[in-house]
Amino acid sequence: MDFHKLLELYWTFAQIGCVTFGGGYAMLPILERELVDKRQWTTMDDLRDYFSIGQCTPGVIALNVSTFIGEKRGGVAGALAATIGFLTGPILIILVIAAFLTNFAQLEIIQHAFAGIRVCVCVLIVQAVLRLWKKSVIDPFTLALFLIIFALNAFSGVLPVKVPAAVLVLCAGALGILVSTMRNRSAGAKEGKDHE
Amino acid sequence: MSELLHLVLEFAKTGLFSVGGGLATLPFLYEMSDKWGWFSHADIADMIAVSESTPGAIGINMSTYAGFRTGGVLGGLLATIGLATPSIIIILIIARFLARFRNNRYVEGAFYGLRPASIAMIAAAGINVAKVALVNLSAYAQTGQLGDLFVWKAILLAVLIFIGQRKLKWSPVIFIAISAVVGIVLKF
Repeated sequence: MDFHKLLELYWTFAQIGCVTFGGGYAMLPILERELVDKRQWTTMDDLRDYFSIGQCTPGVIALNVSTFIGEKRGGVAGALAATIGFLTGPILIILVIAAFLTNFAQLEIIQHAFAGIRVCVCVLIVQAVLRLWKKSVIDPFTLALFLIIFALNAFSGVLPVKVPAAVLVLCAGALGILVSTMRNRSAGAKEGKDHE
Repeated sequence: MSELLHLVLEFAKTGLFSVGGGLATLPFLYEMSDKWGWFSHADIADMIAVSESTPGAIGINMSTYAGFRTGGVLGGLLATIGLATPSIIIILIIARFLARFRNNRYVEGAFYGLRPASIAMIAAAGINVAKVALVNLSAYAQTGQLGDLFVWKAILLAVLIFIGQRKLKWSPVIFIAISAVVGIVLKF
């Protein structure tokens, strides 16, 4: 992997990082234009695969996809170049905003503005939950899991013990494997009986 | 220095366990806020707004912002690196075994459970934001009147934004800007 190629990867993803608002799927059309149409680094089908994997591995989806494409093009060094590239713009922008807010947050006008903005944030979260609901809560098991974990988190203030979020994530994954395996097995047993 | 190391480790944990995109980092941020007091619940709500209005993925933006609030520029850089590191390692491994990972029954099974868990935690985080934005507990504690518990103008704004988003499909940035103006004009 020569240096020029790494630099190209870094620069490409640095540009992509600066124009991706909203992260995740907002990135797909931009990647399609930059990587598939313009540079022919990858195909649309591969890109979709990277997204489906980036979505179901831990961490930020956009970052996972950057790492993936970088790895495919330039191994470990390429993966790092693409990932750091993607991070560059957002880090700089947020540092400037954070520095600004730290100095001006006490101003009354800024406080009123953010009180208004927080209302909007509530709605954005509700929208995100509604959007994800259809794909996630699909049967009684997933509904029960949703309700239990929601209750544990939302009412953690009045509960005697606080279950760490990491423990909840691990339990949910393990339960998912357990229930789907048992279901497959009983479906398989039933099929076996039908054949007899 | 040990505080910065602590920050990196907490964000690495967040990167490792937050499955399902940026908002999935929220329960971990609330945990950090409660446990270590690096930032307040109101700060988290502000971070969400800042992240939605700037480029980059929300999870990255939140780690940079929270890191800066805790440890300045260096804190912002380190927290972001901490968040990204576990996923980089995991993707590098998976990239080698792509085909086998994609159709794995156990991976699918895990996601059957992880998806509802992830949105349950995001919904609970929404309750936390609502507690800051839509209700006024101190006014209620003073008067004991249920009507004082809710900030009615905030709830009205929330309903209007909800309907507006459904009908108009504008970018969230526009609604955030409108809310900021409404907040200033009506003195939220």
